[in-house]
Amino acid sequence: MIAELGLALLWIAAALACLSLVAGTLFLRGGSKDLAALVRPASVAQGVLTAAAFGLLIALFVRSDMSVELVARNSNSLKPMIFKIAGTWGNHEGSMLLWLMILSLSGGLIAIFEKRLREDTLVATLAAQAALSLGFFAFLLFSSNPFRRLPVAPPDGQGLNPLLQDIGLAFHPPTLYVGYVGLSVAFSFAVGALITREIGPAFARAMRPWVLGSWIFLTLGITAGSYWAYYELGWGGWWFWDPVENVSLVPWLAGAALLHSVAVTATRNALRAWTVMLAVIGFSMSMVGTFIVRSGLLTSVHSFAVDPERGTFLLVLMAIYIGGALTLFALRAGAVAEGKKFALLSREGSLVINNLLLTTILALVLLGTLYPIVAEAMGEKISVGPPYYNKVAGPLALILCLVMVAGPLLSWRKDDGKRLWSRLPLAIFAGAVVLFGLVLFGGKVGILPLLGMTVAGVVAVASLAPLWGRNLRRTPLPTWGMVVAHFGVAVCLAGMGAESAFIKERLVAAAPGEVIRIGNFSVKFAGVKPVAGPNYTAIEGTLVATTSSGSSFTMKPEARTFPGLMGTAPTETNEAALLTRPGGQLYAVLGQPVASDDGRADRYQIRLWWKPLVWWIWLGGALIAIGAALSLLGRAQLLAIWRARRARKLQERFAP
Amino acid sequence: MKAKHQRLILALVALCGVAGAGVLAASALRDEAAYFRTPVEVQGGKAAVGEAMRLGGMVAKGSIERQADGLTIRFVATDGKASVPVEYKGIVPDLFGEESGMVADGRMRADGTFVADRILAKHDERYMPPQMGEMPKNMKAPATT
Repeated sequence: MIAELGLALLWIAAALACLSLVAGTLFLRGGSKDLAALVRPASVAQGVLTAAAFGLLIALFVRSDMSVELVARNSNSLKPMIFKIAGTWGNHEGSMLLWLMILSLSGGLIAIFEKRLREDTLVATLAAQAALSLGFFAFLLFSSNPFRRLPVAPPDGQGLNPLLQDIGLAFHPPTLYVGYVGLSVAFSFAVGALITREIGPAFARAMRPWVLGSWIFLTLGITAGSYWAYYELGWGGWWFWDPVENVSLVPWLAGAALLHSVAVTATRNALRAWTVMLAVIGFSMSMVGTFIVRSGLLTSVHSFAVDPERGTFLLVLMAIYIGGALTLFALRAGAVAEGKKFALLSREGSLVINNLLLTTILALVLLGTLYPIVAEAMGEKISVGPPYYNKVAGPLALILCLVMVAGPLLSWRKDDGKRLWSRLPLAIFAGAVVLFGLVLFGGKVGILPLLGMTVAGVVAVASLAPLWGRNLRRTPLPTWGMVVAHFGVAVCLAGMGAESAFIKERLVAAAPGEVIRIGNFSVKFAGVKPVAGPNYTAIEGTLVATTSSGSSFTMKPEARTFPGLMGTAPTETNEAALLTRPGGQLYAVLGQPVASDDGRADRYQIRLWWKPLVWWIWLGGALIAIGAALSLLGRAQLLAIWRARRARKLQERFAP
Repeated sequence: MKAKHQRLILALVALCGVAGAGVLAASALRDEAAYFRTPVEVQGGKAAVGEAMRLGGMVAKGSIERQADGLTIRFVATDGKASVPVEYKGIVPDLFGEESGMVADGRMRADGTFVADRILAKHDERYMPPQMGEMPKNMKAPATT
């Protein structure tokens, strides 16, 4: 019954999306006010029903109802409960339902909370959001039905891909999706405002919290995904420039550009057309990413089952939405083009450069991702890897960081540069200290890591400059947000630079009792023993890492074997062991046993990395998200509302 | 007038930026994109020594030799028509084995050996590198001597 109920809820929700779209369109074409009154409740109901359907799908996974095809293919009754729940979105259909749920809930949230937009713009926005969800409802119901029953239920399921059996699965996809799909709100706002021609500071101020919100989740999702890949794959890298990573980075870059340009539109009523364009690009990139990952154009742990029909469906949806939005933009371009003037040396000027650089990086990353696909269509097989991205994105990102130093110190409209020149020397001094320190004591350091760490030094000091000479208690939250986020960029950059410059690697075949020296550690390989997990068996190695100061730590990397379930082949995974120290992380992977001919004890392949400051990368990512969250708190005026409410309550309490 | 002026300058700056980025990207793509080659293409002389590339093929039966250091392996990658010796130092993926597909990143050495920096193996039957899908199904491994 649960599966049928879920499917029915999806159909009703789709009908509600249809209703919002039709009623909204009729109202905008001069229909009665009653039509507009339908749109808000319909959007809320659509969100609630889709969320309920998703809840029912989770229930099916929790109950291990093997009569449902999706559960039988992707779950198993022996799996730990947390992975039964998280497994709901560890497959194509379930993750598309998650995507759709977030799309519908976003619409519902706009309907409930958005009070600043003009009524007709709000209706147009909700109608646009409904149009988006309608397409994805069609995709889900016609080609990816998660609730499909099997004619005969198998005794048990095939289980989840062991690589996904990790606590990361519980957090990374939902956060990333909230960000990815949350950008749809900006898209719908842009479409709504284009339809009613209401593009100005009020529109930008209304859109800003939504953009910030989804960007926070996107930042967290990417940061979490990076850390997950880092410890789960056992390759020791934190970013592989894998196409799947790139398609999450591209909307993030668009979101970052949009955050900054929307600030210009909100404050100065300039860059209006550009802001609208970026809002369209942001979610378009989310759709492009979904298409690339889910169409079978490339294969990875994210692409699940490949089905050309689904690819075509997504391609058509994408063409309609992106094409439609761009056509609308072209038709309305005349109405939005004129904005307020500003000098090149001004806050706006620096933000324009920020936007140019971000979109250029975006285009170059997208080019590198799509190039192999295009080349393959023309009969040449090519792979574009880290060297390309480091070469094109690295220098541009460093220039971007330098602009970030200047931007916050410039005033709006026009600046004489005095404040900038008075505060810059200390930042430059910090950079110089880092540079000389590295050149004198760092040994041979690559040019990009060297510049990266130097720029990180400059940015770290300069990012705090907007706080100098200010009463910290009275500094507005958005300013704090900017400072924290920019400081986070410096931390992240420093981590990346230090890790690439000073990483140490040892690869050995060690016999039990052998000691491996790496960095300041001597690591003793104590031996291996078999262990059993809930649904796997493993060989567990024991390594005792001793620092030069004498404290020692035990690390237990594992090589796991998951039995094949219901006819699938067994899978082996490597669980790396991590030792986090203030100065970095020690990373250990247990490889294969090496049998020796002379009858000595079996040796094991062991790979060790010492990664200086590597955890700064994720700390930086978290700081960026925290900064954006502070800014959101300030922008959404949640605190102001809360304070006003508290003041009122206090007054009531003391009133006679 | 002034606004138009300003927009013109902005447009020009943007145009220069885009053009510069295009040139940068084109040159980086030309230098850094790695070709995917099969053993028959390598023997046909398509792979220059020292150029980053990706080699795809089957691990020939009985060809895996482990070196005494316990870390380096040598094997022969084949596509049924030609074969290339491969050398790799490191931990091979779990599903790497004889008569199964693999993709290696690396470069050709002057002696005709492919030196791999990284080896990817077919992950499991549900997840495999796309290039492998194009290899003939029942590829016969040639006898190695």
